[in-house]
Amino acid sequence: MFLPIWKKLKYMLLILVLSKEASVLKAAQISSESDKDWINQAIRFWTFTDPSIQIIALGAILIGINCGLMGGYVVSRRLSMFGDTLSHAVLPGIAVGFMFSQSKNEAVLMIGATLSGFLGVGIISLLKRHTKMKEDSAMGLVLSGFYALGICLITYLQQSPNGGTSGLESYLFGSLVGLSDRDLVPLCFCLSLIIICFILLNKELLLSGFDPSFARSVGLPVDILQFCIWILMAFCIVSSLQVIGVVLVSALLIIPASTAGLLTYRMSQILVYSGILGALSGIVGCFLSFMGERLPAGPVIVLCSTLLFLAVLFFSPARGILPSWFRTRRRGQRIRFENTLKACYQVLESRSFSSQSFPQTALAQRRGKSDAEIEKEIGVLIREGYATRQEFPTEQKSELPSETMVSLTPSGWEIASRMIRNHRLWELYLTKEASYAPDHVHDDAEKIEHVIGEKTVRQIERILDNPQRDPHGKPIPSQDDIDRGWLSPPLVADK
Amino acid sequence: MRVALPKPLEIHDLTVAYQQKPVLYGIDLEVEPGSLVGIIGPNGAGKSTLIKAIMGIMKSVDGYVKVFGDSSRKALTRVGYVPQRESVDWDFPVTAMDVVLMGRFGHIGWFKRISKRDRSFASECLEQMNMLPYANRQIGNLSGGQQQRVFLARALAQQSDLYLMDEPFEGVDAITEKAIVDLLKNLRNQGKTLMVVHHDLSTAKDYFDHLALLNLRLVAYGKTEDVFTHDLLQKTYGGKLTVLSEVGSRKLNEKQPTPEAL
Repeated sequence: MFLPIWKKLKYMLLILVLSKEASVLKAAQISSESDKDWINQAIRFWTFTDPSIQIIALGAILIGINCGLMGGYVVSRRLSMFGDTLSHAVLPGIAVGFMFSQSKNEAVLMIGATLSGFLGVGIISLLKRHTKMKEDSAMGLVLSGFYALGICLITYLQQSPNGGTSGLESYLFGSLVGLSDRDLVPLCFCLSLIIICFILLNKELLLSGFDPSFARSVGLPVDILQFCIWILMAFCIVSSLQVIGVVLVSALLIIPASTAGLLTYRMSQILVYSGILGALSGIVGCFLSFMGERLPAGPVIVLCSTLLFLAVLFFSPARGILPSWFRTRRRGQRIRFENTLKACYQVLESRSFSSQSFPQTALAQRRGKSDAEIEKEIGVLIREGYATRQEFPTEQKSELPSETMVSLTPSGWEIASRMIRNHRLWELYLTKEASYAPDHVHDDAEKIEHVIGEKTVRQIERILDNPQRDPHGKPIPSQDDIDRGWLSPPLVADK
Repeated sequence: MRVALPKPLEIHDLTVAYQQKPVLYGIDLEVEPGSLVGIIGPNGAGKSTLIKAIMGIMKSVDGYVKVFGDSSRKALTRVGYVPQRESVDWDFPVTAMDVVLMGRFGHIGWFKRISKRDRSFASECLEQMNMLPYANRQIGNLSGGQQQRVFLARALAQQSDLYLMDEPFEGVDAITEKAIVDLLKNLRNQGKTLMVVHHDLSTAKDYFDHLALLNLRLVAYGKTEDVFTHDLLQKTYGGKLTVLSEVGSRKLNEKQPTPEAL
């Protein structure tokens, strides 16, 4: 896949940093080396008795909910790229905050991160307003520029005398190490802010996102509401940084909400689903990161939410890829055997319904298919209970293979005559009511006959005043003919 | 003695600029209550801009707009708006019902929740546009004509006295077009005032009882039979006022070296 230039840049920088600082990943895992019994570890995690586990689990869940809820608006307002930019633009602020405080004082780092993020946003809007730059390019520029600056500053700080223990690199990929109860405060604050805003401004945010010009016309301050979303996004990103890391925090804004978007099209439901999916990825990712030897928390949590996305994409009952593939396949099968049954009717019709069974070879001729193919088609009909087959030895010449006779069961007969009825009525409708030429209607009727409902068929019959014959002069079986069943075939041919 | 009621719409010497370039020059217009006005003119004549300037969505450089004798920002709930269909993100997760309820927001007010009465009223509006069966559909899954009907149902839900509609006939099927015309006439007969941007000259004569011919300037305004003349149409559609446009933007740039574009 073709990656935009800033993405490439980002990955190049990443590799650069990784090769220099191999300890980045090492520092970002939480399970201690000595305790390797993974069953015990799992029990220790899921019983939540250990206070440190309580904190990291709660932190991961809170982050999942925050980012999930926020993501509902980020995705529906098409701010995904903006979220990615914002999250990368905070990195220099963290480094500068560290330089100022000379320690890992969270409050200072967060203020620095927020300021730096908004500086990035400001630069984007300045570039948009005063140059010919398009928004996506401006975002790409700010994203990569700020990120590069952040990496350089952090690398520099780590080489300086008191930098070795700074743990700043956890802001790149995230880490659950050293998450303390104090770190939960901004997360809780952020969650309550989001919930209050979304409840109070529910309808205002919905309207200004969907139709900004109408929103302005009823007096909503659209720009201020947009700014509110930005602020909330910034809070959400900055408070999640320590655990998820700048590189991937925007993924948590995008993925759970996109997953929810596959499941529903109502904003309120998207928010709920997205929050739940976020929390789920958070706790499972946290667990895996806890279990894993060298697994950084951010990527694992993001991977979990990606897996959830894929699961929904493939398996969701209504619109999932697999269920709809199965539905299409089943429909294809149905159309195939309906066509075979229709051909059976036509064979019987060509023999003036003189007997209930007909030779399989006649069907092969009618369908223009090989004997082997017809053998298979009849096999399907028999399996579904629509037909039966009997072998009759040919009497005169015994060296010839025996004649295979096919007859339809009552249910097979019903479908066959229904298809014929649908086909011929539709042809007549197209010629009479839609002024189609009679030689143009067959192909359309071939498709419609399988999907047209009984209600519509009856409606057409009424419109056409119970017609007897189709445009080609063939008799149309009526509902009564079908109801009477096979024992008395519609000898309309005699009429 | 009769007290003179304020007119639904009074525009005086309105000049509007877009990115430092004026798109409307000195428009003067007074609309009587109960008028069904079609705004016609060539592409780029400023038809949508006029609507937006009346709403106060776009700032004017000069002149003023009065809606029922007040500034349009103060008369918000008395003005209903149907924006162009393309101005909206149709993939947004809202249903047809949600969209119609948005028409009630001006009446509901900040922070308050949508009441049952608002919901049943919105249902009535959908029913009036024959869209009630589609109430719970995602708005993007509707056809162009159906989307426009939802927009008009939302306008109905606004219960306004002055309606401003931006190309409601754009890209709709014949049945929807008929339904919209009926609705417009119906609203006019209820004494509402309607200003409708329209681009199809062949139907303009039948749909509207007043016409505003617009091409950067207001070429003419009056009863359809008076202004739908060959001469005036020629004047409206016969090429842009290139000199006016050029000089106008130069003048504006000198007056305000760095005007804030919208």
